[in-house]
Amino acid sequence: MNDSSSIKSADSSIIDISNLCLTFETQTEPVHALSDINMKVNSGDFVSLIGPSGCGKTTLLRVIADLEKPTSGTISVEGKSPNQARLDRSYGYVFQTPALLPWRNIEANIHLPLEMSGYSKDEQKSLSNQYLSLVGLSGFEKKYPWQLSGGMQQRVSIARALSFDPDMLLMDEPFGALDEITRDRLNEELLRLWEQTQKTVVFVTHSIPEAVFLSNKIIVMSARPGKIIDVIETNFPKDRTFDIRESPEFLEVSQLVREGLKEGHSDGS
Amino acid sequence: MEASRVLNSLISGTVGPVMILVTIIIMIWYAGAVYLNSSFLIDRYEKNNIEWTFSQLASDSWSMERPVLPSPHQIAKELKKTIWDKKITSPRSLVFHSRVTLSSAMVGFVMGAFLGIVLSIGIVYVSALDRTLMPWIIASQTIPILAIAPMIVVVLGSMGVIGLIPKAIISTYLCFFPVVVGMVKGLRSPNIILVDLMRSYSGSKAQVFWKLRLPASLPYLFASLKVAIALSVVGAIVAELPAGAQGGLGARLLSGSYYGQTSLIWAALITASVISATLVTIVGRMERFVNNRMGLQI
Repeated sequence: MNDSSSIKSADSSIIDISNLCLTFETQTEPVHALSDINMKVNSGDFVSLIGPSGCGKTTLLRVIADLEKPTSGTISVEGKSPNQARLDRSYGYVFQTPALLPWRNIEANIHLPLEMSGYSKDEQKSLSNQYLSLVGLSGFEKKYPWQLSGGMQQRVSIARALSFDPDMLLMDEPFGALDEITRDRLNEELLRLWEQTQKTVVFVTHSIPEAVFLSNKIIVMSARPGKIIDVIETNFPKDRTFDIRESPEFLEVSQLVREGLKEGHSDGS
Repeated sequence: MEASRVLNSLISGTVGPVMILVTIIIMIWYAGAVYLNSSFLIDRYEKNNIEWTFSQLASDSWSMERPVLPSPHQIAKELKKTIWDKKITSPRSLVFHSRVTLSSAMVGFVMGAFLGIVLSIGIVYVSALDRTLMPWIIASQTIPILAIAPMIVVVLGSMGVIGLIPKAIISTYLCFFPVVVGMVKGLRSPNIILVDLMRSYSGSKAQVFWKLRLPASLPYLFASLKVAIALSVVGAIVAELPAGAQGGLGARLLSGSYYGQTSLIWAALITASVISATLVTIVGRMERFVNNRMGLQI
């Protein structure tokens, strides 16, 4: 514990994973979901985990969130065990689906984590107003989830994850189910949110343009067993817009990611 | 053209089709009364050497003192006599008997719903209970209620528990089962993502119960309560049969069959079904109210 916290102050890494393996025991044969994972996420990073389906990227995110226990290896989150980090509410998790409670209106959905950590009614109210306006949904407080489009629901889910001001945002293919146009708009919004809130974001995706556009660090993974095959850093300005998708740099990074994925594919099979 | 428009207005809407159906049922009923009562009447005609026509047979079979199947207007007359014309405190009033049945059904329903909810929470939260309790609960429902009802009444009676409580317990016995089954399903209905969401907030067991599992289970609970409340009336009536009870629709059915008063039996049956239907409707209204409060799409 002391060691890892000293590491944290030394190089400001917020997530530190070394030699991590996770094996699911099934009835037929063990499935090696994660194999020898080593990675670091620095405070304020936007890190994307990209790879084909079944490469363990979601499992890795769930390990960080303490929704899954590793079989071996070490992991520290904010210098603590993932369990302690979860108990301290260090992260907000955004799932593949909006995961809103259908019997609560939008405002009450955002109040959910606040109620559970004992915020007062007034604080709940002001925080939900603040974060709903941040995701551009002021005026929708009293609406119910079914009255909102899929993109709006996912924005509520992001506002909910931010509402209790965690240090990290863990996002599991949050825009995977949305159409291309909505997805592009939400990508730009997410980038703006990241810039404004200074959160550390770990983002799971299988879209190369999404990963390259959003991240300053892209972790490329391969399947069976799930392992990291490449880490690509990007250097785009923080206030970038979609225009950069036409730039040679962007295409170059995309190409690197694509090659990494291809390499992993030929390795795997 | 005109005829097709009339027909159209009859089959669209809700009142038209219902009226048509009721008319058809009443017609079949009258026909059935002639069919079922005729053999007795024809015997009597032949014994007394009376010439008879079909119209005479029909009118006689619809106005017998003790018919096999009383005709609808005889039942209506019986209903009017026993609901409208009698004082409600009189033991000949159906209102009096309905009150007796209804009160034990309601006590049984409340106890059954409560028991069902408590058991379902136990089953969902304690895995040992899931494995040990469920087989017994299912076994309890395989015993015919008619077989066990007299025993409950007799055993409780020998312990000095008489009156409303033994009858209510038989209603409870029938009621709790659908509530357990529905509520267990409802409490387990939240999908894995919502459970993970609560875990990501480090939610305590109590928080997960009150904020996720309980609200998610309410639609299932209401579906179960509709079944349970109808069963509670059945339970109360069955409980009144063996006890030699002085009051209640069950006692009324029993005395009707003692004296061959079929119209009395049918009047009691119809009263029981009207009570059940009303109770189910009330639960349905409560469900809609709760759904509205919860903002759920109906």
